[in-house]
Amino acid sequence: MLHYVIKRMGTMVLTLAFISVIVFVVIQLPPGDIVTSTLERMEASGMQASDEYVQNLRARYNLDKPLFLQYLNWIFNFVQGDLGYSYIYSKPVNELVWERLGYTLLITISAVIFTWVVAVPFGIYSAVRQYSIGDYFITVVALVGLATPNFLLALLVMFFAWEWFGISIGGLYSMEFRDQPFSIPKLFDLLSRLWIPGSVVGMGGTAVTMRILRANLLDELNKPYVVTARAKGVKPIKLIFKYPLRIAINPFISTLGLLLPTLISGEAIVSMVLNLPTTGRMLLQALLAQDMYLAGSFLMLLAILTVVGMLISDLVLAWSDPRIRYE
Amino acid sequence: MMSDNILEIRNLGVRFRTDTGITNALNDVNFDVPRGKVTAIVGESGSGKSVTANCIMRLLQPPGEIVTGSIQFNPSRTESFDVVAIGERDPRIYDLHGGLISMVFQEPMTALSPVYRVGNQVAEAILCHRDVSKDAAMVEAHDMLRRVGIPDIDTRIQMYPFEFSGGMRQRVVIAMALVCNPEVLICDEPTTALDVTIQAEILTLIKDLQEELSNSIIFITHDIGIVAQIADYVVVMYQGRVLEIGTVRQVLKDPLHPYTKGLLAAIPGNVPKNVRLSTIATAVGDADITTPFPLKEVGEGRLVSLP
Repeated sequence: MLHYVIKRMGTMVLTLAFISVIVFVVIQLPPGDIVTSTLERMEASGMQASDEYVQNLRARYNLDKPLFLQYLNWIFNFVQGDLGYSYIYSKPVNELVWERLGYTLLITISAVIFTWVVAVPFGIYSAVRQYSIGDYFITVVALVGLATPNFLLALLVMFFAWEWFGISIGGLYSMEFRDQPFSIPKLFDLLSRLWIPGSVVGMGGTAVTMRILRANLLDELNKPYVVTARAKGVKPIKLIFKYPLRIAINPFISTLGLLLPTLISGEAIVSMVLNLPTTGRMLLQALLAQDMYLAGSFLMLLAILTVVGMLISDLVLAWSDPRIRYE
Repeated sequence: MMSDNILEIRNLGVRFRTDTGITNALNDVNFDVPRGKVTAIVGESGSGKSVTANCIMRLLQPPGEIVTGSIQFNPSRTESFDVVAIGERDPRIYDLHGGLISMVFQEPMTALSPVYRVGNQVAEAILCHRDVSKDAAMVEAHDMLRRVGIPDIDTRIQMYPFEFSGGMRQRVVIAMALVCNPEVLICDEPTTALDVTIQAEILTLIKDLQEELSNSIIFITHDIGIVAQIADYVVVMYQGRVLEIGTVRQVLKDPLHPYTKGLLAAIPGNVPKNVRLSTIATAVGDADITTPFPLKEVGEGRLVSLP
């Protein structure tokens, strides 16, 4: 097992090195750079930049050096924890990303919890009572949930929360806490509001998870090992949880690691609608403005999270399914 | 006085209601299972052997449903009752499952859950029926696994089913079925999925354990050779009906029903070269085997479905 983990760590480093090259190249691909877009903005506001100024600007951002030196410079600092400087925010990237990444993780985790808490019981019910009225009802609700774009759901939730309860649910904190330093009541305020973005972001995934769990469980329900367990006297509820569900849940464990990237890129529009301080929106801005260090840092951190997430889900899967452990 | 028969099946009828129509899987099935003996149910695929077993265990799943009849169960440990009549939530169902009646299934490769250790799965059968500690259950599981001939148990008990061969898995399934010392053991083609040498070992094991524990066995098979080897009594089934009942000697030596004759004629034996083996259909010939005549008694415990 330890050998396996070490081997996986090695491949992770290689994968990340490879991704870092791709990230760097892709960000450089569109014509122009941060200097040209700065100059365009200056010209638009009627200013003229001297050649000398442009040269200085390029030198300051290391843009006068060859590409591979720029890359080495970036990645060398990145590994040491210096994520560089954001041109559009005029701040070190370190000051910008960590808080947002934290909130993104928080929303992602609450979305995952929402997904599982809702999808698992309904998925089980749907499979065990296949073709019952309850199953059809759950199926219809799931399909509607699947077909509704998340941002639309966010708008609806905001509208009805305001119409019916007179509360504004945008942002992660209530009005009175918004500009206060972090404290215990503020934490509770955050937790009490977290379910809204969590459920909105997790809605689509909930529908998919429920349907897949239903299908997986139906496949397992009539397997001989379930009949054997029933024939030896295991009672119904325990039977379902201990035998078919244990197997039916495995595919979800193996995709846990993939949730992070989809949620981070997918919730950008929801974040704008709900006014959430997450990464999606800032990443979009950074990419549009070709803010090399900010965008690069985000993409690299997401890659790291993804790769680490995959490793964790593989380890959890090996823990849960002995057949994988022994291969 | 306790009946000599541990199970008395009367007029059992089962149907499967599906989108394509209603199939009558069992029609008016009658037979007894004598206490402490091996009763074989023989018949081709779809004759209703396994459905009968599932009814006795109350394991029949929708769309299958019992529509008529009774299964009188006369255990020595508790009072007699009709298995068909007890409700879906009656606690006696869980006594039946693995406590009073156990079942060994056809597919040892898939009959055990891949994610739990072998010892754990055997011990669970004990924990379902008796109020003992986990450790005590493990000790008993260990003992039972030794009796079914698992070698090197101290390591094996900690292993997973997929690390076992088919024959070893079937031994585990048998251990799991016998660990609560059930009064009836139903073996539903337990050797079909195994190769011939392992088949013989498993049969010997079942026979030996039956003599040791003196429980009653219902042995479902389509292999007449196995019937001759293991059974005391034979029930011949065809298209959801019982055609003939008798001791193994009576039925194999002196079959009365044309179908049974056909079945025995179809066994590959000493046929000359270049002669095709007989099929059941050619051996039956023009004889009427589909008309459901009621069973009539032609001797002591000798019944046949003939006009």
